[in-house]
Amino acid sequence: MGGPLDPLDALAKVCGDVRPGEPEEGVLGVTPRFVAAPGTVAEAAEVMRVAAEQGLAVIPRGGETRLDWGLPPGRCDLLLDTSRLDRVIEHAAGDLVVKAEAGLTMERLAEVLAGRGQRLSLDVPLPGSTVGGTIATGAAGPLRLLYGSPRDLVIGLTIVRADGQIARSGGKVVKNVAGYDLGRLFAGSYGTLGVIVEAAFRLHPVPSAHAYVTTRVPDAANAHEAVQGVLHSPVAPSALECEASGDGITLGVLLEGVPEGVAARATRVADLLGPGADISHEPPAWWGAYPDGTTLIEVTAPPSALAEAPAATEGTAPADGAALLWGAALAGVEGCQVRWSASGKGYVGLTANAAEVAEVLARLRTTLARHRGGAVVRYAPEGVRTADDVWGPVPALTLMRRVKAQFDPEHRLSPGRFVGGI
Amino acid sequence: METTLPALAERLARALGDEAVITDPVRLRTYECDGLTNHRAMPAIVVLPESAEQIAAVVRECAAAGIPYVARGSGTGLSGGALPRTDGVLIVTSRMRRILEIDVPNQRAVVEPGVINLDVTRAVRPYGYYFAPDPSSQQICSVGGNVAENSGGAHCLKYGFTAHHVLACEIVTPDGELVTLAAGDPGYDLLGAFIGSEGTLGITTKITVRLTRVPETVQTLLAAYDSIEAGGTAVSAIIGAGVVPAAIEMMDALSIEAAEASVACGYPPGAGAVLIVELDGPEPEVAAQFAEVERLCREAGAFEIRIAADDAARALIWKGRKSAFAAVGRISPAYIVQDGVIPRTALPQVLASIDALSAESGVRVANVFHAGDGNLHPLVLFDDAEPGAAERAEEVSGRILDLCIEHGGSITGEHGVGVDKARYMPRMFSDADLDTMQMVRCGFDPAGLCNPGKVFPTPRLCGEVPGVRKGPHPYEGKADIF
Repeated sequence: MGGPLDPLDALAKVCGDVRPGEPEEGVLGVTPRFVAAPGTVAEAAEVMRVAAEQGLAVIPRGGETRLDWGLPPGRCDLLLDTSRLDRVIEHAAGDLVVKAEAGLTMERLAEVLAGRGQRLSLDVPLPGSTVGGTIATGAAGPLRLLYGSPRDLVIGLTIVRADGQIARSGGKVVKNVAGYDLGRLFAGSYGTLGVIVEAAFRLHPVPSAHAYVTTRVPDAANAHEAVQGVLHSPVAPSALECEASGDGITLGVLLEGVPEGVAARATRVADLLGPGADISHEPPAWWGAYPDGTTLIEVTAPPSALAEAPAATEGTAPADGAALLWGAALAGVEGCQVRWSASGKGYVGLTANAAEVAEVLARLRTTLARHRGGAVVRYAPEGVRTADDVWGPVPALTLMRRVKAQFDPEHRLSPGRFVGGI
Repeated sequence: METTLPALAERLARALGDEAVITDPVRLRTYECDGLTNHRAMPAIVVLPESAEQIAAVVRECAAAGIPYVARGSGTGLSGGALPRTDGVLIVTSRMRRILEIDVPNQRAVVEPGVINLDVTRAVRPYGYYFAPDPSSQQICSVGGNVAENSGGAHCLKYGFTAHHVLACEIVTPDGELVTLAAGDPGYDLLGAFIGSEGTLGITTKITVRLTRVPETVQTLLAAYDSIEAGGTAVSAIIGAGVVPAAIEMMDALSIEAAEASVACGYPPGAGAVLIVELDGPEPEVAAQFAEVERLCREAGAFEIRIAADDAARALIWKGRKSAFAAVGRISPAYIVQDGVIPRTALPQVLASIDALSAESGVRVANVFHAGDGNLHPLVLFDDAEPGAAERAEEVSGRILDLCIEHGGSITGEHGVGVDKARYMPRMFSDADLDTMQMVRCGFDPAGLCNPGKVFPTPRLCGEVPGVRKGPHPYEGKADIF
């Protein structure tokens, strides 16, 4: 009898697509020793079982759109590539439900659903994102205001655990309270609890009409007033976005529904926003995209935070729209861009050195803490990222560590990528 | 030295005051069951805390003594989720009914767990807002209970469940610590895991709820059909047309008969089924879609359509539906309210199977359901004076759940698993599934003292290798005796 199998041989015995990793596949600079692309859920489970036997640290990989988010892994022995898990398992159009494999791209899913006049009401800020990656990172865009994020739309989830067991929660019906909801727990867990292999979502009909109403506002006070005007009106927007950069502040409101309804509501929103409001079928260029910059900060900032007046002593440059939001947090930062959604999520993009980013983060956190908000670095260049506290305060960290220890006692799943070193 | 229950009661009285601790058997009896009255257990101690700190103190005492505890809001749950432990403490939140903050600019409010669901809406209505989850018990159920059960309601078809309307919960962990779980915070969505965990992961002490703008207009119609099948055709046509109503409800002939006997709702005579469809939203949107819904209802063969002209007329339409559960008491001495879910499109097949089941067993079943999302509430009727009738009804009720599972549905859409359906969980989930869910529980409550015996048929031994279980839980046996 020979000794224990070499990991590559052991993986190759259970999965048809296994090879050594390449340096360019590194996760934030950490090159994987191996890459395995299972073609079925059963194969994925076998790969995870072998990884457990061999003590391999595993990072799931979907469309690689957010592998550079978060912190570098402590180690990466195996990239579990989901690209061959790309099937639509069932589209029950009459039930407004779809079940798909994790490696399916969101665009392909949207095509299939559109064929029956339906959609998954999640924006895809980064093209090429997969179903699994979208859930694992909790990704959403402007539609979050009305429809929420993956945690609100996932109705069933299949995962493979660290020990290779396949586990399901939820199901394929929208209304279901049997058992704990692992879909919500896994949404935004960044591959640290298990590998997402299948998901079922609730769907919505594609609205027959839509309109974007946009307007420019001179300052944060006006932005706040306009946002409050729309939010407290009965027009029921699907999205309400705010863009701010060196050029000033622009508001955009998305209305969806039937043609006669959308037309009447768009006129009402335009009236609310005042002279200069524009109604268009097309979104503004910045709609749904992350702001530019080498560093991306995600903020939690409820609508009231827009009213934060710039501190008098900070000497905010009036021409810089970005600096007008959230007080003086962004004052004096060159080329800063902000996107903010009335759902309370926002993004700040900037190209700056470690000290400047640290300063911006500290100011954002101080300002937004007054509104029970916060700021998290999503991506940043290496020197900048390591200098910062990427996640900020994490109130329930002890509980999170205990949940993590249950799911992954050996800390082999995306180690070090998440909050508190999880 | 082991802490006995009397010693614990003394310690709790010192911490909370004598008037907040009940050990008198007569007074304890009030709390022996929740809305599911066929399961009863007299708690050893009831406490009535007035603050989060007091709840934390109680939990710490229980944890130190190794004594189990159960949280209870208004006690309206229908799955025995708040069924007390005879060897434990029942923590009742009825003295925590303050609305702490109404934050209109951010469309949210902060409330204590004992606040009544409808009181949130009453408090924020002057600002043009309401709290969307609307379980039938909303006049008495608590927001803390809604969080535990992830409550829905007739309008969750469009607006979702409690999980979609709660932004943060301050909780007391089973360690007795106060922690806030918030949707916007970095890290795991423990808030999402906590909501709907049926009181098994901790006790919520403060809830930040999302407020929803009162829709500009509401339109409601009632359509009468000869048969459930025809009503089902209308539902399919409405969903197929891309309309998302606020609610679509259906009742069959037997439940209509009961409602008529109870509240004289005046539904069209001779109807084999009535459909209630409600649209809400911006006026121009609703006006266009309502016309289409009316047309689709007619095309599906409605022999009468009533459109509510005002709120009073709308209340009349809803009166029959909302009274349906209680109303079957008029046509049957006893009944079981079942709660199962099927893919909506399987409705005709499943209803036919329920009919067959009813005919074959001789047990009458009245059907009331949230037709838009396939949530069935079959009411299984029986005469408790007749020997064996309750068992036959229970059998039929269980087989209805099997039908739901066979069609890819769920054993509960909104009433929860509690103690009532824990034994059905293995029919819907594998051992690995249940084991995985319980990893969350082990993370929160490794000692297993927080509402034990609920949701899962077999507790997982925390800290052990996955898959290893204790023997049958002693509670299972007890539950059958009650």
